[in-house]
Amino acid sequence: MKSPWLRLLALLVLLAAGAALASCHSSAPLPFRLTNLTGHMPQLEFTLTNDEGKTVSAEDYRGKVVLLYFGYTHCPDVCPLTMAHLHVAMQRLGKLADGARILFVSVDPARDTPAVLHSYVNAFDSHAIGLTGTPRAIEGLVKRYRSAFTREPASKDGSYEVSHSSAIYVFDRDGNPRVLFTPADNQDDLVHDVHLLLSNTGQS
Amino acid sequence: MKHTLVLTLLAALALATSGHAAAAAADHVHATHAWIRVLPDALPAGAYVTLENNDNQPVTLIGASSKAYAQVMLHHSSTTGGVSRMAMVDSLSVPAHGDAKLAPAGYHLMLTQPKTPVEPGTTVRLLLKFSDGSSLPTDFVARPANALDDGTAAGASTGHADHRSH
Repeated sequence: MKSPWLRLLALLVLLAAGAALASCHSSAPLPFRLTNLTGHMPQLEFTLTNDEGKTVSAEDYRGKVVLLYFGYTHCPDVCPLTMAHLHVAMQRLGKLADGARILFVSVDPARDTPAVLHSYVNAFDSHAIGLTGTPRAIEGLVKRYRSAFTREPASKDGSYEVSHSSAIYVFDRDGNPRVLFTPADNQDDLVHDVHLLLSNTGQS
Repeated sequence: MKHTLVLTLLAALALATSGHAAAAAADHVHATHAWIRVLPDALPAGAYVTLENNDNQPVTLIGASSKAYAQVMLHHSSTTGGVSRMAMVDSLSVPAHGDAKLAPAGYHLMLTQPKTPVEPGTTVRLLLKFSDGSSLPTDFVARPANALDDGTAAGASTGHADHRSH
């Protein structure tokens, strides 16, 4: 007959081992300042065409911290403002920014060809990549992150606007959504959180 | 006695008002921080400006025109429920002895189809139009796509894209 003390000891050892094992997988949560998305949304996944005309998938950006933004190039005000803010954030990160990519996904694939996207994203930041694709592929990605866009009725000359989500989704190097940046948020907080992800190696 | 005084005051007021009406709205408006965010490939660009009104009555901006662009439209951007929208607006009032700002993510002039490519660093003249028919010629400085303002403010993002514009 075993002593109840031995049983308790065994249990404690098991618990300690479990805790140690768990900590290998998830150490202390990163102290994010923006809205934390960790565990609330699926991993980054898409197959689209980049601004050089090549087919790319989310796996091509594993190893990079990804800032995902849905916009369109015929948007003269809010989209360029957002991209300019992201450029300033990248500058503030200095050399570390090389570990990050801004993915500008067009919600206007009819007008945003890879060539148009190429000169557009390069006018903002060297870490920015323009992505376009079939309406189905774009819609799939938009819906994956519970985002939305609506093409507004065209004017007489055929031009039109696209209403779209204003948020930026930030993913870690493994493609997991981590924080959400909205226009109401402070740029310092974006720089802080992206910096955390960039300097965080090996943790998840 | 009192009646005469009131009448005199009313007459003076009428005179003063008619005097104001005769002066064009554009004469009372001072435009500063005028700039255009130039996008590549002749994409629609946003133009921004601060309008100060030194008159006793509001003036109303109804739009603008430019020889450099086929079309100029007064627009307003808004973000509600996490969605960004842009809509055409008919006018923007500049309050008496106050100002109105056309600034990113709010009111702006949308410039479409430049007749010749507009290079950052150059200036483009726009004719700001008011509801009384008067207009104010204003020079807007063309800024790179990733600029955040006209570049004159303290701590402004100046020349971040210089390496690109050379």
